[in-house]
Amino acid sequence: MTALSSGCPSGLSIATEMAASQDPSAFVVSRNGHQTLDILVRGASCGGCLSKIEKAVGALPGVDVARLNLSIGRLQVAWTGSLKPKLVIETITGLGYGASAFEPAEADSASAKTERRLFTALVVAGVATAGVMFLSEPLWFGSDLPDDTRTILRLISAVVAIPAAAFAGLPFYTSALASIRSRQLNMDVPISLAVILALGLSVVETINGGRHAFFDAAVMLLFFLLIGRVLDARLRRQAYSAANALAAMQTASATRLRADGAAEAIKASDVRAGDTLLIAAGERLAVNAEVVSGTSEADLRLVTGEVEPAPTFPGQVIHAGAINLSAPLRVRALARADQSLMADVARLLEAGEQKKSAYRKLADKAAEIYVPQVHAMAALGFVGWLAFGATTAQAAFVAITVLIITCPCALALAAPLVQVVAAGALFRRGIYLSSGDALERLATVDHVVFDKTGTLTLGDPVLRREGLDAGVLKDAARLARASHHPFSRAVARAAGTGPVADEVTEYPGQGVSGFVDGRFARLGSASFVGVERGTGSELWYAVEGEALRVMHFDDTIRADAAETVARLKRMGLTVELLSGDSSSRVARAASAAGISDWRGEATPVSKAERLAALQAEGRKVLMVGDGLNDAAALAGAHASIAPGGAVDVSRLASDCVFSGDSLSAVADIIEVARTARRRMRENFGLAAIYNLLAVPVALAGWVTPLIAALAMSGSSAVVTLNALRLAGRRALPESP
Amino acid sequence: MNAFLLMLPAALVLAVAGLAAFAWALRSGQFEDPKGDAARILGDDDRPG
Repeated sequence: MTALSSGCPSGLSIATEMAASQDPSAFVVSRNGHQTLDILVRGASCGGCLSKIEKAVGALPGVDVARLNLSIGRLQVAWTGSLKPKLVIETITGLGYGASAFEPAEADSASAKTERRLFTALVVAGVATAGVMFLSEPLWFGSDLPDDTRTILRLISAVVAIPAAAFAGLPFYTSALASIRSRQLNMDVPISLAVILALGLSVVETINGGRHAFFDAAVMLLFFLLIGRVLDARLRRQAYSAANALAAMQTASATRLRADGAAEAIKASDVRAGDTLLIAAGERLAVNAEVVSGTSEADLRLVTGEVEPAPTFPGQVIHAGAINLSAPLRVRALARADQSLMADVARLLEAGEQKKSAYRKLADKAAEIYVPQVHAMAALGFVGWLAFGATTAQAAFVAITVLIITCPCALALAAPLVQVVAAGALFRRGIYLSSGDALERLATVDHVVFDKTGTLTLGDPVLRREGLDAGVLKDAARLARASHHPFSRAVARAAGTGPVADEVTEYPGQGVSGFVDGRFARLGSASFVGVERGTGSELWYAVEGEALRVMHFDDTIRADAAETVARLKRMGLTVELLSGDSSSRVARAASAAGISDWRGEATPVSKAERLAALQAEGRKVLMVGDGLNDAAALAGAHASIAPGGAVDVSRLASDCVFSGDSLSAVADIIEVARTARRRMRENFGLAAIYNLLAVPVALAGWVTPLIAALAMSGSSAVVTLNALRLAGRRALPESP
Repeated sequence: MNAFLLMLPAALVLAVAGLAAFAWALRSGQFEDPKGDAARILGDDDRPG
């Protein structure tokens, strides 16, 4: 566990700094005589990582299984005996990877099952298509084929195609039935109709020795459509597991004090109101709680956006998301984790969710126009041919071929293909989309509202180095390393790794004292070292027999914030800063980032109100924020983006989460979303052109199985190639 | 016609066999971790699993 063996040996992935204070024993499950634990591993990206982690964990006493799934970064460990689960986590973090235990969600295994079901259907349809094509070829080109041979080939095609279509088409049939029941016709209705009618017509034609059988068209249709479905399901699952990965980064366990005084580790989701919890220094609160005993300070950056820690004392209520800084606290839980939100925030969140589900996707809009038109065309064909003296059978043939050839293969592929390609491009840059239609909404925004702390800025204060003696910094850092206070951590970060002072004592809300090289030293607030004139935003360092030193801190804005804001403006967007922090700080950050429109001291409710006001003016607002105070605004906005360090609620309320320190991700996301939207519209356009050409041919009664096969695969191929252009072009600049 | 009677069942049987092989591969988890399997093949230990 030396510094050399840290992280991914290929250098592909940067190991993440992790607070490993979590106790994973709450997540251990007993299964068939084994203890098993699922761990999410971050930073592992190559074969070297894989074997290093599996070997190290496998060598722990009693471990029978240690298998890392590199695709989703999940390590499954099973052991017998009395191995401490925390040791497993420590072994992985010791190698330089991030590790956190988690509970595999049931929703995940359900979506994995759906994906597997669709994948099986795809393969069945593919094999059937290949088989039927092989039988159809002589039918298409062998004009001198005797009639009995034709019938035999068709019968075999039927034997292959009918069961295959029955199985592979099930997802469409069930969805179509549901849509008919709810009286909202979706794309699956014409799809199901086309498949079933094509098979029915072909059976009749085969029995009567008719001209054309469309067994090949029916299964090929399903094959193409299932490609779209599988991609869509995979994208959704990928987004889900990304959200899962981020959720596991948060504190997911808590320490509960039982009535007999013993402490036990439990899952955060198991905390009930009234439980007494022990919050160690540096731990994040999972629930709203009232302090029972202990005096400390709480870091409220994620709750209110204020940079300065607030003192905590018995009787005070602290909100979930706050981090306890200096001393252990004993608290009483006031609500369960999933209810630990300020009441009005929760209400606003709900309102926002409702608004979002009311958004109509491009594909749905297309289906709404498309479905009635196609059915009208088929009806027109039937009536028209009857009017011109054709038999019912001939008219039905025309109507059915219209339905087959207009079956929206290309239309059904148009949106998911583009979304998958765009999401993949974003994913490689560490940007996770929550859903496919998020891209559509992100593409149409015209106004960007930034939160300050943790979004426009990095959130962590940074020590101002000018005028600071290196020796003083080195000595002060020896005290600072013993404290969780953000200012102390900033000092420790600036000084790098090193020793800790002797006999360190932390005074909550005041400072740290100890012995540096045998001399008594103090590091803390102005009053702690006996200075009258303090502003609270600096740290004082006092050593016996030496002059007092003062250290200043900056809430540094992200390195590329100004550049990103300028880029957003060039893209035709207006930018605004909306923060809960003090107006003077907000003004400073706004001028540094080049934002002229700013508002400070905003409450969660006023943030949401500001957004509602903007949207009432007809603006399409993109909210970028990370705190609990942003959650309602994120949910209510037309589209929203959260940085990876955001609280659970904010991440869940967002359409998109980006990792890393670079704010340029925001501009990148909008750019990719705009390109994706353009491609989607082009694809719908291509599908429309295809139909304009195909429908007259079908109405004229010229459609043969060969034409149907060529038209369908041709239009699908065009749409696919157009979607792939998104990946071919350098849609995204490489991250620096 | 004789060739037909031989070749067609053979083709059908082969197709069904291929499908069955795929179903087995899917069920035994061979599509769960493509990235990890690609990396594992380069590992030092020849122990399967």
